[in-house]
Amino acid sequence: MDGLTYFPGCSLKEEAKEFEISAMAVMKALGLPLIEFERWNCCGTVFSLTEDDLMHQLATIRNLIRVQENGSEEIVTLCSMCYNTLKRSSLFVNRDKERLEKINAFMDREQAYEGKVEVRHLLEVLRDRIGWDKVEEAMTHSLEGLSVAPYYGCMLLRPREVGIDDPDNPTIMQDLIEALWATPVEFPFQTECCGSYQVVDRRELIVERTHRILSSARRSGADVVITSCPLCQYNLQKTQSELKETIPTFEEMPVIYFTQLMAVALEVDSGELPSPLLAGLAIEEGVGNGER
Amino acid sequence: MGKGNMNEQENAMIRIHVMGKTYQVPAGLTIMDAMEYSGYRFIRGAGCRSGFCGACSTIYRREEDYRLQFALACQEMAEDGMYLVQLPFTPAPRSKYNLEEIDPSENVLLQYYPEIARCVSCNTCTKACPQDIEVMDYVQAALRGDIARTAALSFDCIQCGLCTMRCPADIKHYHMAQMARRIYGRYLSPVPNHLEERLCEIEEGVYDNELGKLMAMNKEELGIAYAARIREEAK
Ligand code: SF4
Ligand code: SF4
Ligand code: FES
Repeated sequence: MDGLTYFPGCSLKEEAKEFEISAMAVMKALGLPLIEFERWNCCGTVFSLTEDDLMHQLATIRNLIRVQENGSEEIVTLCSMCYNTLKRSSLFVNRDKERLEKINAFMDREQAYEGKVEVRHLLEVLRDRIGWDKVEEAMTHSLEGLSVAPYYGCMLLRPREVGIDDPDNPTIMQDLIEALWATPVEFPFQTECCGSYQVVDRRELIVERTHRILSSARRSGADVVITSCPLCQYNLQKTQSELKETIPTFEEMPVIYFTQLMAVALEVDSGELPSPLLAGLAIEEGVGNGER
Repeated sequence: MGKGNMNEQENAMIRIHVMGKTYQVPAGLTIMDAMEYSGYRFIRGAGCRSGFCGACSTIYRREEDYRLQFALACQEMAEDGMYLVQLPFTPAPRSKYNLEEIDPSENVLLQYYPEIARCVSCNTCTKACPQDIEVMDYVQAALRGDIARTAALSFDCIQCGLCTMRCPADIKHYHMAQMARRIYGRYLSPVPNHLEERLCEIEEGVYDNELGKLMAMNKEELGIAYAARIREEAK
């Protein structure tokens, strides 16, 4: 099996299908396909901060056991939130063998987890294993002239011990943007929290943050914002229409997954893209959407 | 049957503990029969007596095993040293929905049973299932909006409720899975064309003549016709 053991997570099967479609197509084109492993379960959604609350580590550890059963020592995620939860949980049990023993004793019908599975985010694989030069080589449609703002949010970078890059000054998405010949746009709110799950009962808070984050990206000259988190994407994209109702001068900004941007440049299936962006790229609707 | 054999049979008694009280019962009985032998009369907690209705949920422990076990009383054999209790009812209200009016999209199960998002993947439900269903896997499938997989994995569920009584996240597995199967049947399963065609034929009266002939036969003629019927070849 030549590919990556891929953990989708629930969002990628529901709200964030475009993320999976584009990532699958891109990784196939780069020769390192994503292979979804059998019987994964929800990542656990949020890492539990209660030290003795082992029950909320079961979901993640069970996933790592399944990966281990598959004979793999690595699990690759696309969703920043899944990445964060899985990674922190794996460190949590590796740091204290007593915790791991307790969890293994509870899961007495499963293999014991040996603590060897590495959790990685796809961006890390692109940077460390494939390399930006290879990504550039694979590009068939240059994105020259397009200004792209990377939005990192929280989960890829914080806390420091699980961050895939410098939490204060990340560059990993800028490097990707450059590899595709687009212009990276730095803006002050790129690592600001989008408001996360507050969207459930404090939607107005998200609307306000969307305004702050996207207006800043706009002022810095961005045509499009990229992200790697389905929740950030949802919050930043879905609240824009409400925002326009209260602030009519607000200019809408497409927020897409980094893999969609790559799919456009590699001319593979990108999933659905917002039409203003397609116009900006001088790409016809439907191009790159053929394989579905 | 020889005399020695009789004695052996008589000697094969086992002890079971029903709600803390110990009884001697003959070996080789189901839990349900053993309890009845002990003098219990089932008013609730028994139905089909053949493993289909899910009424006879039973919880037990063996004397030297830390694990709690789950069974259908009409199916599992009583063993020496079992501590037994019945669970004739599971308090689990069903969500109200009109199958004709719901939107069969990915989020629908979560919408009617939002507590599935509380699943911590402990797998306790699976361990409780007397039907050997991968219960956690179907909850997880539901969580990610895979209605077809939820329906397929839960197909053998007999609504006994044991999973639901054990779940630390208070999920009502079997009601949720039943909804998934209904949605699957109503909106997602492939339409069987041959069935539609046959129904049309019936409406058009294609079989009226044949049916009329059968209706006119007496019992004896029916018997002969039945014996001479054309059978579908086993494939
Ligand atoms: S899934 Fe739950 S309700 Fe259905 S048979 Fe198994 S334990 Fe009983
Ligand atoms: S018992 Fe409840 S929380 Fe545990 S795996 Fe089953 S559904 Fe999830
Ligand atoms: S009585 Fe119906 S399943 Fe046991």
